[in-house]
Amino acid sequence: MSKSSSILFAGFGGQGVLFVGKFLAYKGLDEGKQVSWLPSYGPEMRGGTASCSVIISDDPIGSPIINEPDILVAMNLPSLDKYEASVKKGGKIILDSSLIGRKVQRDDVEVFYLPATQLANDNNIPKLANMIIAGKLMKECDAVSSDNIREALSHVVSARHQDMLEVNLGAIEIGYNA
Amino acid sequence: MAEKVLMKGNEAIAEAAIMAGCRHYFGYPITPQTEVAAYMAKRMPKIEGGVFLQAESEIAAINMVYGVAATGKRVMTSSSSPGISLKSEGISYIAGCDLPALIVNVQRGGPGLGGIQPSQSDYFQATRGSGHGDYHLIVLAPASVQEMASLTFKAFNLADKYRMPTMILADGTMGQMMEPVSLDMGEVETYEKPWALTGTNMEREHNIVNSLSLVPEELEKFNFERFEKYKAIEENEALCEEFMMEDAEICVAAFGIASRVSKNAVLEARKQGIKVGLIRPITLWPFPKKAFRAAADKVKAFVSVEMSMGQMIEDVKLATECKKPVSLCNRAGGMIPSPDQVLNAIIEANKGGDK
Repeated sequence: MSKSSSILFAGFGGQGVLFVGKFLAYKGLDEGKQVSWLPSYGPEMRGGTASCSVIISDDPIGSPIINEPDILVAMNLPSLDKYEASVKKGGKIILDSSLIGRKVQRDDVEVFYLPATQLANDNNIPKLANMIIAGKLMKECDAVSSDNIREALSHVVSARHQDMLEVNLGAIEIGYNA
Repeated sequence: MAEKVLMKGNEAIAEAAIMAGCRHYFGYPITPQTEVAAYMAKRMPKIEGGVFLQAESEIAAINMVYGVAATGKRVMTSSSSPGISLKSEGISYIAGCDLPALIVNVQRGGPGLGGIQPSQSDYFQATRGSGHGDYHLIVLAPASVQEMASLTFKAFNLADKYRMPTMILADGTMGQMMEPVSLDMGEVETYEKPWALTGTNMEREHNIVNSLSLVPEELEKFNFERFEKYKAIEENEALCEEFMMEDAEICVAAFGIASRVSKNAVLEARKQGIKVGLIRPITLWPFPKKAFRAAADKVKAFVSVEMSMGQMIEDVKLATECKKPVSLCNRAGGMIPSPDQVLNAIIEANKGGDK
């Protein structure tokens, strides 16, 4: 059966929501799937909330705009407040429980509480909470497979910062095993 | 086929332009098209003969385009809605001189300074000629990042073929989104340009490129000749995509990002048993009249889905000679219709209530 996953990443500007979305889009592309990546753009990028919509599908993608995500990744409280209600019934929410004090109020979605920022700090990779969450997402959701992560990363980590590739891989592993 | 890479729509435009042989880019930053300029700023200096210039204003940029176009070199500028208004005087001059050039409009909400979110409310401006005088641009409306590339490439060929300015009419969503792109663009078509200002070397008569013509009999003749050319373009270059139209009883008309949303709605309506299809104009001028005229004999109603207060709907009515009711399903000011909104409009049209 053909499958399609819509994933909404949301957080503060600077938390790397666009980057993690791009990584997953490339992961889907490497697997031969159809993908789209749509960022929020405008003043929110400069310090407010940022979001990006990623669709990974076996079939051609219609609209790249996600009104009801299958998966919500919330990296701060305003994002959870804003998007919790929009998640599809039976969908999944992954949130950074180090930054979000409250619980998800819905009982018709599956929720994963991951202290991503805490884990990042503990492992001395303070800016990679986003990739820790990516690891969790790859384990709990079947949007993409967990093979050949290195290849997908090589598309998004710039040639000048190839040393960051291993660090990103490590972060994904932490999230996957958390 | 070339390997697929993920690119933003704006970047795909820039790369395709370079592949089409464009070596001159003049622009001025404005959201949401700035990545076109940023990409050109990075790439052009590394290419032989490549020129990137950030002008002091949109007006300066379009006049630089005018100058290079007169020499027969492939040249472009890009902007977003308010910037295109500023460029419109220059566009009229370029059209009046019968010069090829590409103008890219990554639309945002208006009027005035408006906002920065995506819009399609420059449809009239693009399809009726944004400046003064009788003229047209060939207007291409991409609906994917792949088309942002392929239609840019095509736009340069069409501009040279017909000696006239062409426009890519995109919107903020198309510019900002990333999708896989194959940069396999095919052959660059080359055209003789005996009219170009390249220096005579004292070996030929001077070429003159000018739109001033004070003798009305002559100016009228130029206008009639130009419209003969437009007639040929309307005959030969209109393009559209038909989606599920074979047995359709309702026809949705939408271009660009609105057509992507509409496709979702068409598929959902089909699940509910409504026979609905979509005609997506790829060229907005020339408008794909024949496809709509043919559909008018088959369907019972049209729904025009637009991110404006309803502009393309006039062309749908003209093309179908108002044989069937045409309803409008729209958002404006930077808002995008949801598939549910379009679905409801389809359901209404199917009931035959809406006019």
